[in-house]
Amino acid sequence: MTLAVRKFDTLVIGSGGGGLRAALQLSQAEANVAVVSKVFPTRSHTVAAQGGINAALANVLPDNWHWHMYDTVKGSDYLGDQDAIEYMCRAASHLVYELEHAGVPFSRLDNGKIYQRPFGGQSQDFGGDQAARTCAAADRTGHAILHSLYQQNIRAKTHFFDEYFAVDLVKDEQGHILGALTIEIETGEPLLIEAKTTLLATGGAGQLFCNNTNAHINTGDGIAMALRAGIPVQDMEFFQFHPTGIAGKGMLMSEGARGEGGYLVNKDGERFMERYAPHAKDLASRDVVSRAVATEIREGRGCGPDGDYVLLKMDHVGEEVIAKRLPGIRALAETFAGIDPAKEPVPVSPTAHYTMGGIPTNRYGQVVAPVDVGEEAIPGLYAVGECACVSVHGANRLGGNSLLDIVVFGRAAGNHIIEFLKEHRYHRPMDQGSVDKAMVNLHRWDRKGEGETVGGLRGELQQVMDDYCSVFRTKEILTEGVQKILEIEKRLNNVYLRDHSKIFNTARIEAMELVNLVDLAVATMISALAREESRGAHSRMDFPERDDKHWLKHTLYYKEGKRLDYKPVRVKPLTVESFPPKPRVY
Amino acid sequence: MMSVDSRLAWQCRRGMLELDLLLRGFLDNGYEQLDASGRDAFERLLKTQDQTLFEYFMQNKLPKERELIDVIEQIRHAAQT
Repeated sequence: MTLAVRKFDTLVIGSGGGGLRAALQLSQAEANVAVVSKVFPTRSHTVAAQGGINAALANVLPDNWHWHMYDTVKGSDYLGDQDAIEYMCRAASHLVYELEHAGVPFSRLDNGKIYQRPFGGQSQDFGGDQAARTCAAADRTGHAILHSLYQQNIRAKTHFFDEYFAVDLVKDEQGHILGALTIEIETGEPLLIEAKTTLLATGGAGQLFCNNTNAHINTGDGIAMALRAGIPVQDMEFFQFHPTGIAGKGMLMSEGARGEGGYLVNKDGERFMERYAPHAKDLASRDVVSRAVATEIREGRGCGPDGDYVLLKMDHVGEEVIAKRLPGIRALAETFAGIDPAKEPVPVSPTAHYTMGGIPTNRYGQVVAPVDVGEEAIPGLYAVGECACVSVHGANRLGGNSLLDIVVFGRAAGNHIIEFLKEHRYHRPMDQGSVDKAMVNLHRWDRKGEGETVGGLRGELQQVMDDYCSVFRTKEILTEGVQKILEIEKRLNNVYLRDHSKIFNTARIEAMELVNLVDLAVATMISALAREESRGAHSRMDFPERDDKHWLKHTLYYKEGKRLDYKPVRVKPLTVESFPPKPRVY
Repeated sequence: MMSVDSRLAWQCRRGMLELDLLLRGFLDNGYEQLDASGRDAFERLLKTQDQTLFEYFMQNKLPKERELIDVIEQIRHAAQT
């Protein structure tokens, strides 16, 4: 049977804010754009970003983009690339106004200007008083941005392939990316989408961990596709954890609970944060609290039959305060833990939240890989958003910077692609060998036999990541973790599907997601073992200090040979002075 | 039958973890017990936007339609048992 083929100027894989912002830029420039999404576009994970988007509008307190840049560099623990960070912070105000014009209903001040709230890590005057930099559309900012962009794309005649799953990139022998092999989930029919340019915007990989805050769709598909196409992935050891997720479920009990007077206790009823952060106690920064919780659990002071969580105590705050100020937290605890926090403490443990690492790109969204000297763009391939590593977040992302990242670099990638298309007017010849290779990865799941299940192996993988690659990392733990994850990688070959039907065979999609997760778990674990320092979200108990002399550099992991390489951090901004590394004290 | 269930299961994949757990949990444990009108209400609920669903479940901002409220209550109840 012949393979169905469609041709477009640009193929965008993923329909969150990053993909849709790029698609809009392109469709408005009259490029022929296809967006492929495995779920209906407005069900992308961007909707979960309720907090807001940072821009130095100075509507509430004095502010400017340069202070925002300083905070972002410092927040990144100096691993962020300062050219990209300058570009993002300078562009922020313009992009927020653009979103406003696209229909995002930002919350207002009495004077009619956009309201801005203070968030952690924001300062005035390079580390001075608290700044107020986060613009929000009530608590539905991500939803409002995603819906506005989706509607604008419909108007601009972007072509949507809803409920199509991208299997693999296709490329020719000269290394040009030619599009991707996809599969229509409803019919099970493969479709080859040829494109002069391909943009990966598939989001993060929170599903690597058992305890995570991410939607089930966040399986890192684009990052894994890049790895299989021979492209290294960058800084995968940097995964942001939030200290208080509901134990065993993962969803956030936000800082609000502790802000209103809630605190953490271990199995002895001890308020242990007093030992770790005598001053800030339970309101210390996320990484400090996460490490403290992990240490309590590790040292046998966790609660419950397996001693694998601590308790978030709020009952002393009082029924009235909880009903008035924390109704959302109460509803989450009641629904997912069966506990009313006004009466009983809630079991919590650290939960994986955000993938700082990803596909290496420059500030135009072009995917880049090392050559003999320096690095070169992979022709025809772009990446933006959480799946990319540009790197504006470095070792630790600040709240309010992820929505900014996706719109700034979505637009930048769109603009660069427009220029690229002017120079590359025709599709390159398809490379049949590359298509055949992708088809093998698809048809692998037609094999019949007895063996392991997708769900079983995914569960084990997530447990290994929780046990060996979470907040508490040492050489010993990670070495064992690498062994365990490599065993899981071997066992993948023995996974079989029971259902081989074509129509809506979601088991096959979940199997391909598992393959993606396994590739990324190996990348994360090996990168984490190698980095012998503590920086941002990567904290090594055996190397507790940041080591700029040896480790102020980006990790690159290659699937072939499972080898590591490193590249320098871009410490030179576009126009201003560089911010040299200093201790990160708040 | 298999394809109907898979189709619904895929519709339960949302942009937020909380919705994934509530909707998929109910599909596996509760949906079978619904009568025809209850199943119809569940399928209509799946067409609702994520943010609105989140508000139904987590902020008690309920829709007007009785059948939808009933199925929301049942989904919540199923999650707590």
